[in-house]
Amino acid sequence: MSIARFWRETPRRYNLGGCRCPTCQTVYFPPRSVCPVCVNHRRSIGRMEPFQLSGEGEVVTFTLVHEAAEGFEMQVPYVMAIVRAKEGPQLTAAVVDIDPADVKIGLKVRATFRKLREEGRAGVIHYGYKFAPMDATHHPPDRPAGGTRLPATTATTTTVGSEARA
Amino acid sequence: MKQDVGIVSYGAYVPRYRITPAEIGRVWGTDGAAMGASLGVRRKSVPAPDEDTITISTEALRTALIRGAIDPQEIGALYIGSESHPYAVKPSATVVAQAVGATPNLTAADFEFACKAGTAAIQTCLGLVGAEMIRYGVAIGSDTSQGAPGDALEYSASAGGAAFVIGREHVLARVRHTLSYTTDTPDFWRREGQRYPSHGGRFTGEPAYFRHVTECTRRIMDRAGTTAASYAHVVFHQPNGKFPQRVGKQLGFSEAQMRYGLVTPSIGNTYSGAALIGLANVLDVAKPGDLVLMVGYGSGAGSDAFDFQVTDELATYDRSFGTPVQEFLEGGVEIPYSVYAKFRGKIHMGGEA
Repeated sequence: MSIARFWRETPRRYNLGGCRCPTCQTVYFPPRSVCPVCVNHRRSIGRMEPFQLSGEGEVVTFTLVHEAAEGFEMQVPYVMAIVRAKEGPQLTAAVVDIDPADVKIGLKVRATFRKLREEGRAGVIHYGYKFAPMDATHHPPDRPAGGTRLPATTATTTTVGSEARA
Repeated sequence: MKQDVGIVSYGAYVPRYRITPAEIGRVWGTDGAAMGASLGVRRKSVPAPDEDTITISTEALRTALIRGAIDPQEIGALYIGSESHPYAVKPSATVVAQAVGATPNLTAADFEFACKAGTAAIQTCLGLVGAEMIRYGVAIGSDTSQGAPGDALEYSASAGGAAFVIGREHVLARVRHTLSYTTDTPDFWRREGQRYPSHGGRFTGEPAYFRHVTECTRRIMDRAGTTAASYAHVVFHQPNGKFPQRVGKQLGFSEAQMRYGLVTPSIGNTYSGAALIGLANVLDVAKPGDLVLMVGYGSGAGSDAFDFQVTDELATYDRSFGTPVQEFLEGGVEIPYSVYAKFRGKIHMGGEA
C-alpha cells in the first residue's frame, strides 16, 4: 500500500474515526459522504458528522487463517473476524491475544492498537486497530460528558474514544 | 519543586506472552533455572509479533487518559523514552500522539538514555508543566529490548511500558524533589545498525548501576531531609531481580518497602519501562500521605531520582479501567523458545538478506 493512501486513512485506522448522519443518527465506518438510508439522503451530503467508535464490539463471524497473506507468515494461524461495533457498523479486523480455539461468535471484544504490516525491513511500518477479548477492566467508566476531574469550563472529552474528538 | 506538580494519571501495559529462564536454558544447554535464580527472574514478558514500543506506549497512554478523564487535546508535550524505538529515524512519539488524539498542538520527541529515558522524560515534563508552558505533559518509558541468543541478557530482556501524565491539577503524587547523577561510564551500549546490545559483563555492576543508584539516592535524601525509613515505598531500576534488592538493602530499605516497586522477577527487565511499571504498581496500592522514592538508572550512565508524596486525590482516582499491574505480574501465557524465537524475529526466513 502506498504511503500516501495509508496516511490518508490514519484517522480511521488509528482511532476508528467514522461518521454519523445528523438526520437519522446512523453511524458509518469507514466514513461515508452520503447517508444511504435516509429518505431524503441528499440532505446528508456535506453534513455527515465525524464520529469516533468506542472500540467495543462483538464477533459476528470469523475465520482462522492458515495460508497467510504476504508479510503475515509469522502470525499464522491468526483470526480474522467481522466485528459489529457497539455503535452499529461492522468491520473486518484481526482478533489477537486469544487462543484461536476460544474465539466464538458473540465474543465481546475491544479495539487494541497494533502493528498491521511492515513494508519490508527498510520500509514504513503501518499501525492500526485489531481487537482483543474484552475483559472486566476494559469497559470505559461511565462518566458524564466533560469528565469529572476537569474544570467544568474546559471543553473536553471523557475518553479517547469519545465522538467529540473525532 | 516550587509548585504542586506531579503525576495526574498513569497506565501500564505488558504484552501477554511469557517465557521462563529454564526454557531458554534448555535450548542453549545451560542451567536456565539456575540462571533465573541467580538473576532473580522467574519469567519474562515477550511481545507478540505485532507489538513494539509504539503499540505498548499507546496502550499504556490510552489507559492513563481514560482513567484520568484527560482531554488528549490538552497534552502539550509527549515524550517516549526507549532504546527500542521501531525506527532509527522517525519518531515513535508522533504515532502515539496521533493514536490518542493529541495532535497537532503539541511538541513530541523520542528520548534515548538506555533504561532511564522514561524518567528523563518525566523530568522534562515537570519543567514544562512547572513553567506553565503546557497543561499536561506525557512521559512514557517503553521497550521491547532483546538480548543476543544465548547471552546472559536473553534471560531477562523483556517488553512493557508505562505512561505518566504530568500536570498541576488533581495531582495524585506530587514531586517534592528530583535530581540526577550522570557520568560517562561505558557499561552497556548498542552501536548504530547493530541488532543486539553489548555490555561490559561484571563492569555493569559496581562502577555502573550500584555507584549511580547509590549516589543518586543518597543525594536526593540529603536534599529532602529524609532517611530510608521515611518512605512507604521505594522503586529502583531493576535490570534483574537481584540488583535492586541489593542496593536497597545497602541503603537501608526493607523488603516491605521494596515489595511493590519490584516487578522484574515476574515480567523480566522492561528496560525503560522497568522502574516506571514498578512505580505504577506502587501507585496501585499507595495511600494518601505516603512518601515514594523512585531511582531510575540508565547505562552510559546516569540515575534520576524522584521523591513523591501521594496526595488525597489518589483515594478518589478511578482505576476501574485498565489492567492493574498485579494482573500483568501474575497473568500471561507461557510459550516455548521456538515460538519466542519466531515472535522476536530471531529466525531468518527465505529471501531475507
